[in-house]
Amino acid sequence: MLPLIGILIIVAGFALRLNPLLVVAAAALATGLAAGHALVDVISAFGKAFVDSRSVSIVWLALPVIGLLERSGLKERARIVISGIKVATTGRLLLAYLALRQLTSALGLTSLGGHAQMVRPLVAPMAEAAAENQLGELDDETRFRIRAFAASADNVGVFFGEDIFVAIGSILLIRGFLDQNGIHVEATRLAWWAIPTAACAFVIHGTRLLLLDRSLRSAANGTAGPGTEQP
Amino acid sequence: MITLEFVNVIMGVMLAGVAVVSARDVSSPKRYNNAAFWGLFAITFLAGSYLPNFVNGLLVLAMVLVMAIGKLGGAPPESTTRAERERSAARWGNTLFIPALTIPAVTLLGTFTLKYLHIGNVPLVDPKQITVVSLGAGTIAALLVGMIMLRPPASAPIVEARRLMDAVGWAAVLPQMLAALGAMFALAGVGPIVATILQRWIPLNTPFAVVATYAIGMALFTSVMGNAFAAFPVMTAAIGLPLVVHRFGGDVAVMASVGMLSGYCGTLVTPMAANFNIVPAALLELPDQNAVIKAQIPTAIALLVANVAIMYLFVFR
Repeated sequence: MLPLIGILIIVAGFALRLNPLLVVAAAALATGLAAGHALVDVISAFGKAFVDSRSVSIVWLALPVIGLLERSGLKERARIVISGIKVATTGRLLLAYLALRQLTSALGLTSLGGHAQMVRPLVAPMAEAAAENQLGELDDETRFRIRAFAASADNVGVFFGEDIFVAIGSILLIRGFLDQNGIHVEATRLAWWAIPTAACAFVIHGTRLLLLDRSLRSAANGTAGPGTEQP
Repeated sequence: MITLEFVNVIMGVMLAGVAVVSARDVSSPKRYNNAAFWGLFAITFLAGSYLPNFVNGLLVLAMVLVMAIGKLGGAPPESTTRAERERSAARWGNTLFIPALTIPAVTLLGTFTLKYLHIGNVPLVDPKQITVVSLGAGTIAALLVGMIMLRPPASAPIVEARRLMDAVGWAAVLPQMLAALGAMFALAGVGPIVATILQRWIPLNTPFAVVATYAIGMALFTSVMGNAFAAFPVMTAAIGLPLVVHRFGGDVAVMASVGMLSGYCGTLVTPMAANFNIVPAALLELPDQNAVIKAQIPTAIALLVANVAIMYLFVFR
């Protein structure tokens, strides 16, 4: 029971809104100590686990080029492109990105998206620009809301697309686990049974993205900003 | 052979550059804190493979202390004005997208082709690390294309990297820290303890109760662990295999596939899945670090209900 103290620290730390990095480090050390290891061993194990996990952070290597392009007007260009497409609304644009992200992930092309590479430099500015086209100048709150939905479209798309691809990590993990338990399952059957959930994810989140348009419009009408018109 | 170490060194050099730019920014009152934080992170990339594990552990704890006690400074203002960027956007037109799209293009190309390249009998790239090495190669290729095309000052990439790294701040380290926490949980045997508690305390007498407990349990345990991969073996060994499959005769493929996707519903709502939820909030400069999670909660709940229904309808056919 004692090693569960780590989970308790995590839950309490997030509930108290302490800094997550501090909470996680404390939980890691407490878990190791509660399992009966000496402090030096716990710090060593934590250091080894941290260094072994470095590939998780490799995505930051994209920042120099993304920053360089932003400095040269990438976000502004993304806005110009969208403002030329009159039928583009925030919801429709994000719906298209959701579909694209799900389809490409289902083909194993999960590296075609991502928050640092695609959402920050391209998808979020385009979604904001589409709203500006329709509603005029946006307040900060509306911008933040649109950006959060842009990130959500990337997450939902990749989570509920990738499992349709037979060679993705999760399917390998499932097969490995079942093999250890003496059960053999074809990867194609696992991938096949990911399709119903993928379809539901697209319908549910897609509907919410289209409803976002309506909610943005009524919020803009409420504040009677420039460019508002009756739907 | 090109291994992960090659990418680690590049990453370390970038972080060291970020630390140097931070230290030289006299306008930031916290400049030495930021420099120390990114500098320590850089050391774990450059030397982490050679240092004793205990020293690596101390480096990580030192990063946490710098951040918690000294606090980090925020991002510097943008280095060009809006008018300059609009002029540049008009001048370059859609060619500005080329370097950005080079990242996924080269990453994909590398993922598909690098495994076939050999020098003699040795593979050019460590087969286990193809994806990460390809991503590293993609970012470098994109940077080269960008530098040749735009001809900015030579310091621009690292100055801009520093601006973005400081905008993301401590959240940049959180995904890796959480991966390390997962390893500590495994070391301490947290999973089996949770499984024992579940089996002892939850009444599981009907097929529906078993399916619902497994799917909801996957979502909840995933949101605690931050990762469905960590929750899957625990929940499936505790409920999925013994109850859904063996006791009530459910189909293994449906149970496992929909079970994993139920876990992903938990990933959508937890700050523990930092790289999906907290990092984008920081990257998009949202004041509320939970804003992305809040946008995803209704989808996650509806989809979890859908998963329970899908599993119940199809697993016992």
